[in-house]
Amino acid sequence: MREISYLEAVREAMTQEMERDPRVFLIGEDIGEYGGAFQVSYGMLEEFGHERILDTPITELGLTGAATGAALIGMRPIAEIMFMDFTTLASEQLVNQAAKLRYMFGGQSTVPMVLRTPAGSGTGAAEHHSQSFENWFVHVPGLKVAMPSTPYDAKGLLISSIRDNNPVVFIEHKLLYKTKGEVPEEPYEIPLGQADIKREGKDLTIIATAIMVKKSQEAAEQLAQEGIDVEIVDPRTLRPLDTETIVNSVKKTGKVLIVHEAVKTGGFGGELAGVIAESEAFGYLEAPILRLAGREVPIPYNRNLERAAVPQVEDIIEKARQLATLKV
Amino acid sequence: MTLTKENAEKYLLQMYQIRAFEEQAEKSYMAGKIHGTMHLSIGQEASAVGSISTLEPTDYIIGHHRGHGLTIAKGADLNLMMAEFYGKANGYCRGRGGSMHIADIKGGNLGANGVVGGGLPLAVGIGIGLKMEAENRVLLCFFGDGAASTGAFHESMILAELYQVPVVFVCENNQYAMSFASRDWTTSKKIAAHGEVYGLTSTATDGNNLIEVRDAVQMGVDRARGGGGPSLVVNDTYRWRGHSKSDRNRYRTNEEIEAWKKKDPILKFRKYCKTEKLITDEKAEEIKKKAYADIESARVFAESSPEPDVQTLEEGVYAP
Ligand SMILES: Cc1ncc(C[n+]2csc(CCOP(=O)(O)OP(=O)(O)O)c2C)c(N)n1
Ligand SMILES: [Mg+2]
Repeated sequence: MREISYLEAVREAMTQEMERDPRVFLIGEDIGEYGGAFQVSYGMLEEFGHERILDTPITELGLTGAATGAALIGMRPIAEIMFMDFTTLASEQLVNQAAKLRYMFGGQSTVPMVLRTPAGSGTGAAEHHSQSFENWFVHVPGLKVAMPSTPYDAKGLLISSIRDNNPVVFIEHKLLYKTKGEVPEEPYEIPLGQADIKREGKDLTIIATAIMVKKSQEAAEQLAQEGIDVEIVDPRTLRPLDTETIVNSVKKTGKVLIVHEAVKTGGFGGELAGVIAESEAFGYLEAPILRLAGREVPIPYNRNLERAAVPQVEDIIEKARQLATLKV
Repeated sequence: MTLTKENAEKYLLQMYQIRAFEEQAEKSYMAGKIHGTMHLSIGQEASAVGSISTLEPTDYIIGHHRGHGLTIAKGADLNLMMAEFYGKANGYCRGRGGSMHIADIKGGNLGANGVVGGGLPLAVGIGIGLKMEAENRVLLCFFGDGAASTGAFHESMILAELYQVPVVFVCENNQYAMSFASRDWTTSKKIAAHGEVYGLTSTATDGNNLIEVRDAVQMGVDRARGGGGPSLVVNDTYRWRGHSKSDRNRYRTNEEIEAWKKKDPILKFRKYCKTEKLITDEKAEEIKKKAYADIESARVFAESSPEPDVQTLEEGVYAP
């Protein structure tokens, strides 16, 4: 099959949905001629024009609200927030309005919008351009949260997100943009709420999100040589969460390591640990549930410090080795 | 306001240091020595130096992401600044902040900001503090034309006027916010008009003319010091380089860039100083040479400085 990058997969999903459905449009900063800070929408202005590629000044709150308002009367906007760090500015309209308008109005309305945003560190962009806030949005009933780790998942999940009748926070990872993978040319959906087993194994389960899936895969290759057979589960959407796939994997291996880039305290790993502990998998656990996540610091500028602030392949290997020998 | 020979030389030196710093930053980046991105202020030197020349050493500035020039104009130690740009342990922020977050708190520089508009609400609070402290100090708050479209700008104008804070808001209108042309929604005059709407005395200057910038900001500083509250100055200028390293300059033409290069703020100032018999050509060349030499030694200092110890990663999140 044809291989394209994660970035191209996102662009292709948006383009195909815009071709299919005239209600879909893009709104965001520098998404026109500039092509977006990461070139995700590059070339789309030529195809769709300024009518459907709405380049805004720096107005995160305004543009997110504009997307919400348009969605409220039946449009299907895709808002881009240039860096996830700036969803802090957008969050009033997203959290108080988009997420709640349907419920508050007793189900009379829908808000079919997507808010796309790149998260994560690794580019040397420092404290204000490197954060991972997924769990803030997972905490809000009314929002869905998708976090693809491959080009294939990016395209399928984005198409589903655009077609979904609810606001979806779609989190892309900057370091994944250039990664390549097989992606069908035709449009396809990956249901929101369906995890994917990225690697089958029997000794322990790693549940990882976004870039950590890729790092866990590298770690698993190394661990395999040491005789540790790792299963990797990628939830793909954090809300709704496919607990079944997760629970089944943990029942099978009896051991689980959760890996994410976001800071550990208050991160999604806590939620996953809770879900597992409450489930029938609890009785199958042969060791404590372990978490490996971002350190308790803002993301620093210096390359070495930045690297040390989030889990790396070697950290995953070490933690998995530790887990392999652990017993309850 | 008349310009002394001594000051003229100082301003020219600072403008050349800014130009040289930015050129070095770009070279270091191209050579793969810098991890991350940066926002160069080549072409905007008069706005930085002219504005900050109005301050006493005990006054404050708060900057924005395109902040190298502001930092130099506020009198930063070039070595510590370059070391921070290189992410080194002895840089101003211990390598934690980098290009977009250089601060020199002791020197009265309350820091650059990665969030567009992020410094504006802070400026209001700093102004409230300065007023309470009653030591007659003032703050210059810098931001771009792009920041003038944020809610933070509008709320800050309202609060600044309400509390009559001793702050001069200085908008460096370099015509673009990334690719978004300020002419698409406003001009320097219109940004100034926004200030007026909220009750601030507001002016637009030729931001490439150091004297004009200085005079306009001086009026604001005098007003702030005299208890007359906040004001807004919009410096009309241009960035010669792309927005950052990701910029492909698709949104503007080479002709436009070349036309602005003809309005080089440094050459403009040199010409003025020559006419006014303040700085001869020979002296100007000497100053230029010194500026580039200063930056070269800062580069050497930075490159030979130690990397931060990874063991210190978690230090400094909380105050003791
Ligand atoms: C709140 C926020 N939104 C978007 C960005 C990304 N961004 C960084 S600089 C910039 C343009 C800023 O334009 P302006 O304020 O005119 O300053 P200039 O870069 O022109 O000096 C943008 C959009 C950001 N840093 N912060
Ligand atoms: Mg600008």
